[in-house]
Amino acid sequence: MYKIESKNVDFYYGPSQALKNINIAIRSNTVTALIGPSGCGKSTYLRLFNRMNDLIDDIKIIGQVMIDGEDIYGKGINVDSLRKNVGMVFQKPNPFPKTIFENVAYGLRVNGIKDKKFIEERVETSIKQVVLWDEVKDKLKKSAFELSGGQQQRLCIARALAIQPSVILMDEPTSALDPISTAKVEELIYELKAKYTIVIVTHNMQQAGRVSDRTAFFYLGELVEYDETKKLFTNPKQERTQNYITGRFG
Amino acid sequence: MINEIKITKRKKRNQAIAFWIFRLLSYSIVAILFIILSFIVYKGASVINWGFITKMPEEGMTKGGIYPAIIGTLCLVAGSMVFAFPVGVLAAIYMNEYVKDGIAKKIIKQMTNNLAGIPSIVFGLFGMSLFVNKLHFGDSILAGSLTLGLLALPVVIRTTEEALKAVDNTFRQASLGLGASKWQTTSKVVLPIAFPNIITGLILSIGRVSGETAPILFTVAAYFLPKLPTSIFDQAMALPYHLYVISTSGTNIEESRPIAYGTALVLIIIVLIANLLANGLRKYFGKKVKMN
Repeated sequence: MYKIESKNVDFYYGPSQALKNINIAIRSNTVTALIGPSGCGKSTYLRLFNRMNDLIDDIKIIGQVMIDGEDIYGKGINVDSLRKNVGMVFQKPNPFPKTIFENVAYGLRVNGIKDKKFIEERVETSIKQVVLWDEVKDKLKKSAFELSGGQQQRLCIARALAIQPSVILMDEPTSALDPISTAKVEELIYELKAKYTIVIVTHNMQQAGRVSDRTAFFYLGELVEYDETKKLFTNPKQERTQNYITGRFG
Repeated sequence: MINEIKITKRKKRNQAIAFWIFRLLSYSIVAILFIILSFIVYKGASVINWGFITKMPEEGMTKGGIYPAIIGTLCLVAGSMVFAFPVGVLAAIYMNEYVKDGIAKKIIKQMTNNLAGIPSIVFGLFGMSLFVNKLHFGDSILAGSLTLGLLALPVVIRTTEEALKAVDNTFRQASLGLGASKWQTTSKVVLPIAFPNIITGLILSIGRVSGETAPILFTVAAYFLPKLPTSIFDQAMALPYHLYVISTSGTNIEESRPIAYGTALVLIIIVLIANLLANGLRKYFGKKVKMN
């Protein structure tokens, strides 16, 4: 069974159609990259999986988005529990104006967990998972704003991991980072694959090539091609894909 | 070549002229403020002493102090804020975080703006007919505070809205993305970030409220009341109204002139202290936001 599946998905912002008949199936424990020029709908598509688009007024979704075989836009779906299961990392590192510890603990606290020891353990494991522990273990009570951009982004990933999601969405997670921090996050993505299903939007095609198993190329709201990353980059079936990845437009 | 030099020269000259105009205008604002302040300090400083701010008015308000007016104004400021601050902040939260864009929101917004444009004497009349007469509060601190609170409401709502709008949306998304509810997101993430700026609304409205005369005219202000209020249902004297009384209809206007200037000076100092206090609060919370 597929972890994530979208069937004939159309998406509208008001009258304008942002996604046209998107069909994608994603397996567990894989990394899927969504690429395409700005405004092609890849971020919109990513935000369907945790219903982040719901925050925008006047939108319309047609078709089905399934996670673990359940239609997440169906009746009786609890959006809060869906979002607990589908973590998200944003373009710009956005830690809360709280301490390093409280940033990671936040997701646990808002979900009603009060056991202090449990929270402490979970915070530690999560920060260790993103290989940040040695850098912050002595300043957990300090503001998260004191960390560097790269550290902040890894903290944000730890924040998402703390509530143990099974899917992680990443919206251009390294576009605000320097090359070294980017390399660290990419390495992390590779490691996280063992436990999570990851969908990543990226503008950087080398990045898509490095981290992903499969790649989907979007253009003007359409899914042009979706294939194994290796195949898509070395031997694309569509001419538009070929043109984009060789830098002829985009 | 020569032409280019000419153009460069002209550009530089025009820029210099423009900057001088701006400089002059901004300095003249400072100058006007300075002149007003020094005029009042010059005229009023001589009467200010410990007795002036701690004694009752004496001999038909031509001698003695303004103690009851100071206390009255402090009560009214506090009372109006107790009403306007929570109501205004909650209304702004509702409008910014909960209501979807649409006609309802537009109407509420327009009404808030209209409320801000209503002359303060109209608030006074409204306060008198609703709080004093209809609700039988009588001429009282309660009625005056509520009236002043209504006046301050649009300021509080607008500054709070601006403060909430300034909070980056990705903070909200990150919080909601972790399974937090809208209220958890608002109270634990958005409000703490916006709080220092919300305090600005408080500062602005304190300044506005403490100097208003018209709204308290029919709702609370006493012409002369040589005792302190003991409950919120008592009448009280207030600095702006006292100033108005002794400069227009006092027993001896010429003789009480120094007291009028002294009163004005005290009023300005109170507003100044309130601003400094609120500024301190704002800085304190600004730091706390980064730390917690």
